[in-house]
Amino acid sequence: MNKTVNQKAWFLILPVLVLVAFSAVIPLMTVVNYSVQDTFGNNQFFWAGLDWFDDMLHSERMWNALGRQLMFSGIILAIQIPLGIFVALNMPKKGFWSSFCLVVMSLPLLIPWNVVGTIWQIFGRVDIGLLGYTLDAIGIDYNYTQNTLAAWITVIVMDVWHWTSLVALLAFAGLRSIPDAYYQAAKIDQASRWAVFRFIELPKIAGVLMIAILLRFMDSFMIYTEPFVVTGGGPGNATTFLSIDLVKMALGQFDLGPAAAFSLMYFLTIMAISWVFYTVMTTIDKREGK
Amino acid sequence: MANTTISDVGGVEPRKMTIERPRKVVRRIRPSGSMVVMALYLIFLMLPIYWLLNMSLKTNAEILGTFSFWPRDFTLANYTKILTDPSWYMGYVNSLIYVVLNTAISLAVALPAAYAFSRYSFMGDKHLFFWLLTNRMAPPAVFALPFFQLYSSIGLFDTHIAVALAHCLFNVPLAVWILEGFMRGVPKEIDETAYIDGYSFPRFFIKIFTPLIASGIGVAAFFCFMFSWVELLLSRTLTSVDAKPIAATMTRTVGAAGVDWGVLAAAGMLTIVPGALVIYFVRNYIAKGFALGRV
Repeated sequence: MNKTVNQKAWFLILPVLVLVAFSAVIPLMTVVNYSVQDTFGNNQFFWAGLDWFDDMLHSERMWNALGRQLMFSGIILAIQIPLGIFVALNMPKKGFWSSFCLVVMSLPLLIPWNVVGTIWQIFGRVDIGLLGYTLDAIGIDYNYTQNTLAAWITVIVMDVWHWTSLVALLAFAGLRSIPDAYYQAAKIDQASRWAVFRFIELPKIAGVLMIAILLRFMDSFMIYTEPFVVTGGGPGNATTFLSIDLVKMALGQFDLGPAAAFSLMYFLTIMAISWVFYTVMTTIDKREGK
Repeated sequence: MANTTISDVGGVEPRKMTIERPRKVVRRIRPSGSMVVMALYLIFLMLPIYWLLNMSLKTNAEILGTFSFWPRDFTLANYTKILTDPSWYMGYVNSLIYVVLNTAISLAVALPAAYAFSRYSFMGDKHLFFWLLTNRMAPPAVFALPFFQLYSSIGLFDTHIAVALAHCLFNVPLAVWILEGFMRGVPKEIDETAYIDGYSFPRFFIKIFTPLIASGIGVAAFFCFMFSWVELLLSRTLTSVDAKPIAATMTRTVGAAGVDWGVLAAAGMLTIVPGALVIYFVRNYIAKGFALGRV
């Protein structure tokens, strides 16, 4: 769409700017403030320059947390995106069953995150949970509070349970918007199911898939509540992701300086990666707009 | 492939035929396995929730003592306990108050902004849009402590409005993003015609434009509701007693005598109810909504 140049449009944006400035810029500046100062307590601060950043960059703890975080985000994207598309392809297109599937699939998305954690914490318990009990009964040694692998699998399965539907719903919305003419043309050409998917469906849902990847990446990178409830970051530090580590540092140990430096680098990392996704996304948008 | 589909779907699923007209089935290339896939996926989704429901209807003795797929000793005592104890049910009221406040604030400020982004180009618009989105990317953990200090210093700590404002951090950018997508779909000629007809901007916006993007507003409201309802880290940090959300109240079940599993499960089930209701109302817009108007 051709947009009119109108500098007065700024006035329409003003309310958002004021609100976001209040709820984002002020807190963020507080963080910046802490990140360059040190304290001996009693609210006496002095300039520490970039020491905290330097400390954090050489801190094994942060790199380990970042490594676990990247592995987690990578694994859940690799599972959820293909699975979501697969589910979307199999969803009924119309009628009662379509609505039914939509409603049931949206359900996990609207459960408070700590309840999601609680559900899986219970579900995986060997004594009272269906999953844990069943696995135990068939002789698999499963204990997510002791065993690193079990903890990881539990957290990942939980996230797949929680968020795959979002990808599926996005992909489904994309699929529904494909005109029937495309499918008819494919049928005349006797295209295989795979060819239909590869050359018609996939390109057409690329736009919404990027949204899905962007949202899933952002949210998985900031995940806190669910793994915290289920494993508490353990066993040891095995499932201590960036946010869990940060909260431990800031609110648990009250190491404000390092925590603030950590926060800023965390935020910048997530922004940098999201910026790449966003650029790709707007490029796709533009190409389709032509 | 398509030929086998017709007979398969017709033969295996005769019930389906009464719902979908055969013509539709012919057109879609659909393996009959899709019913199986969907059934498996939905079971996977429902099983943990069913287990929670199952537990919430049992007594603690039965939960810990026996292992069964349905409550033998059916009881509603867990729900009664929550719904009669103010310290429990006020948690739901608190959560609902700040969620509704947040949705209202987010939509009110996002609507004009989204209009500006979708219609006009102005200095720094693209950068501003991305900057707004970056707030959606801000990890709540980063903001927990500064928010606590900010709201304490202005005397808003432990109020509903504090949580509502804090959740604006990620809901306003999302609302702007969704609404902008929907507004782009409305032809600009409509605006121009309205102005020629003598409509002022506010009157045009309320009388003509808002009804046109009603579904978009519904979707944005749904998303604001959803993300505010499920968030815990900020709402727990910013409240202590008066505005404590239900999700934080749930931690009370862990007492000296161990965990009160039945009540915990019942509280969990009750947090699912508002979400389920909202989904039911917007079910026809869900698919388009999740694409944020970009399909």
